[in-house]
Amino acid sequence: MSVKTLKIDNQDIAVEAGTTIMEAAKEAGVRIPKLCHLEGLTPVGACRLCLVEIEGMNKLLPSCVTEVWEGMVIHTQTPKLQEYRRMNVELIFAEGNHVCSICVANGNCELQDVAVEVGMDHSRFPYRFPDRHVDLSHPLFGIDHNRCILCTRCVRVCDEVEGAHVWDVAQRGAAAYIVSGLNQPWGEVDACTSCGKCVDACPTGAIFKQGSTTGEKDADAPKFEFLTAAREKHQWTR
Amino acid sequence: MDLQELREIAREEKARQKPVRVHCCTSTGCRAADAMGIYGNLQAAVKEHHLEDRVEVIGVGCMGFCGRGPLVQIDPDDLLYEEVVPDQATSIIEAMNGGTAQPILGDSQHPFFARQTRVVREYSGKIDPERIEEYIAVGGYESLHKAIYEMTPAAVVEQISKSGLRGRGGGGYPTGLKWATVAKMPGDQKYIICNGDEGDPGAFMDRSILESDPHLVLEGMAIAGYAVGANHGYIYVRAEYPLAIARLQKGIQQAKKYGLLGSQIFDSPFDFKIDIRIGAGAFVCGEETALIQSIEGGRGNPVPRPPYPAEKGLYECPTLINNVETLANITAIIRNGADWYASIGTENSKGTKIFALTGKIRNNGLIEVPMGITLREIVEDMGGGVPDGEVKAVQTGGPSGGCIPKSMLDTPVDYDSLRQVGSMMGSGGMVVMDDSTSMVGIAQFYMEFCRGETCGKCVPCRTGTVQLYAMLSKILKRQATRDDLAKMEALCEMVRDTSLCGLGQTAPNPVLSTLKYFREEYEALLVEPEYLNGQAALHGVSA
Repeated sequence: MSVKTLKIDNQDIAVEAGTTIMEAAKEAGVRIPKLCHLEGLTPVGACRLCLVEIEGMNKLLPSCVTEVWEGMVIHTQTPKLQEYRRMNVELIFAEGNHVCSICVANGNCELQDVAVEVGMDHSRFPYRFPDRHVDLSHPLFGIDHNRCILCTRCVRVCDEVEGAHVWDVAQRGAAAYIVSGLNQPWGEVDACTSCGKCVDACPTGAIFKQGSTTGEKDADAPKFEFLTAAREKHQWTR
Repeated sequence: MDLQELREIAREEKARQKPVRVHCCTSTGCRAADAMGIYGNLQAAVKEHHLEDRVEVIGVGCMGFCGRGPLVQIDPDDLLYEEVVPDQATSIIEAMNGGTAQPILGDSQHPFFARQTRVVREYSGKIDPERIEEYIAVGGYESLHKAIYEMTPAAVVEQISKSGLRGRGGGGYPTGLKWATVAKMPGDQKYIICNGDEGDPGAFMDRSILESDPHLVLEGMAIAGYAVGANHGYIYVRAEYPLAIARLQKGIQQAKKYGLLGSQIFDSPFDFKIDIRIGAGAFVCGEETALIQSIEGGRGNPVPRPPYPAEKGLYECPTLINNVETLANITAIIRNGADWYASIGTENSKGTKIFALTGKIRNNGLIEVPMGITLREIVEDMGGGVPDGEVKAVQTGGPSGGCIPKSMLDTPVDYDSLRQVGSMMGSGGMVVMDDSTSMVGIAQFYMEFCRGETCGKCVPCRTGTVQLYAMLSKILKRQATRDDLAKMEALCEMVRDTSLCGLGQTAPNPVLSTLKYFREEYEALLVEPEYLNGQAALHGVSA
């Protein structure tokens, strides 16, 4: 196994070859914002919040899918990146109907955390107020598409960890939405094992346990890193 | 099948062909104006006048002058009839016996034709695309034989590299380098993909190639397969091109029958089979990673590169993916040599490029021109200029490209020059705009297109195109201020720099290029904040 040495925000670090920039940054104690990536699931590079600047490259690279190389010099917090991240979060807020004060995930929401992290206090883009629906057909859980940011964590966790493949993405562009089964109400999807992994993987209040009210959702997103490590490396400690 | 047998087919075919050949365009464009009716009437007229011994009517592919279609051309007299209607068909045949032909007689020496350099379209509109024998009669499949029996795979790659051919899908990546990368990748299973998911508004070059000369692409793919060590190819064609699909299917069947595709081609150990995959209507599937997902049966979403398809493509195997026009150049390069090809074009852009010349211009249609020709020569000489008024701008590169203003019409058409002026070569759409065109409206049109075609996977493209479209609409409705314009420019840069795939990265180009050259049009539509406040107060709301 070979080792690569690199620099993240002026900090020297040595990591195993094949490590992604995001993993290397975690090791170096550098926090890179993210919404679609979740340790334990296949990275997709969709939210674009984890883009970083690499010296000598004019393209910004997603740190969740880019493997490190020898001598890489990475900057994670340049003014340009900070501005782009803020705009990105504003765009997400303007796209859906994200009303923290009445959301189950208020106080325990990754979107909210990222908004605070990038310093977004208002959106410069007009809110789109889309007409989206809420599906409460499942006996235990619910999905509120108003709060969905299309990170596809639920799709991947159900597919890769639970193996049930209840979720997928339907339509495209602004019309895209998370679809259950063959575009059926969630409660009618036989494949669903009611395991609740999608509830834990969801970064916002879009997928929740029925009965929870404002600020009561307490998702356990880090559990998938543990589950994957348990399966693949037989490490059973958390 | 060996070379002698191939040449025997060519000889027989030439002997079969009648001295006078009436070419009737049966491509999609002319079909829309009842070319099939003309074709039927021409055949009936030949029979009626007992001319079967010396005259034959053949349905051919695109002749290029689509704006004046349906076209009928008589070979070898080189008479070109334009805007033919079915009722006039008989008179064309009667003219051969001394009568007068009713349709307009076109000028086949017009600059529209005379200024072209035909490499890819050499036999477009001259042969019947549904008969492989006609293709073989003009030297078809000899290049494949030459590659297999006279060249090593490495020598083929070297020829393509030396020719200077660059990707015709728009990016302009050196084709030889791509081939060399795939050829050197380890692994027993490799694939060739032909990208026929042409979707830019106003572009129809690839459709025309597939409809007019399908074997040119099939042969190019087989040569590519031999060069990089692939035994399986896929042609991805959009479902909106049913005629191209039908002709490709027929072409593959005929080539298989003659042993020119399939197992042991030309009795050599080289196997190559081609399958067709039909798109399901998503523009984004023209992006190579999304196209691969689509062939695999998944949702047509782009995935981050690297790994590039050359390393890990279709079914995780090394995959060579080239555009239709790129692959259509291959047989000519193998036949005539890299030096011949490199003698056409400019220093860094070799060969020819096909453009779909459309918009506010007299002569609409397909032209194949050498790289380095200026936009002015294309628009003014070949295109005949704008019917009323003046040229305002030329749009190249579709929703990924930009608008080039009149003052820059002397820009040579090559990859680097077009990029320098803020546009791009693109796949070959060229839309001419006259001075009645609103450039803000054009930017809005392309943004609407991108907004509808983004897959929705990444945030900047999915949400940014929606916001940009809304901002452009606001400007057009005279409700935007200087601040809004600044906001829009900042968003354009963000979408360009942070989107996942080429669609999002280039979606702001039409806005950025019109802002660069026609900023005054945007500014003329802006209003002062005080005005908006006043309007809002009138309606009892806050601005």
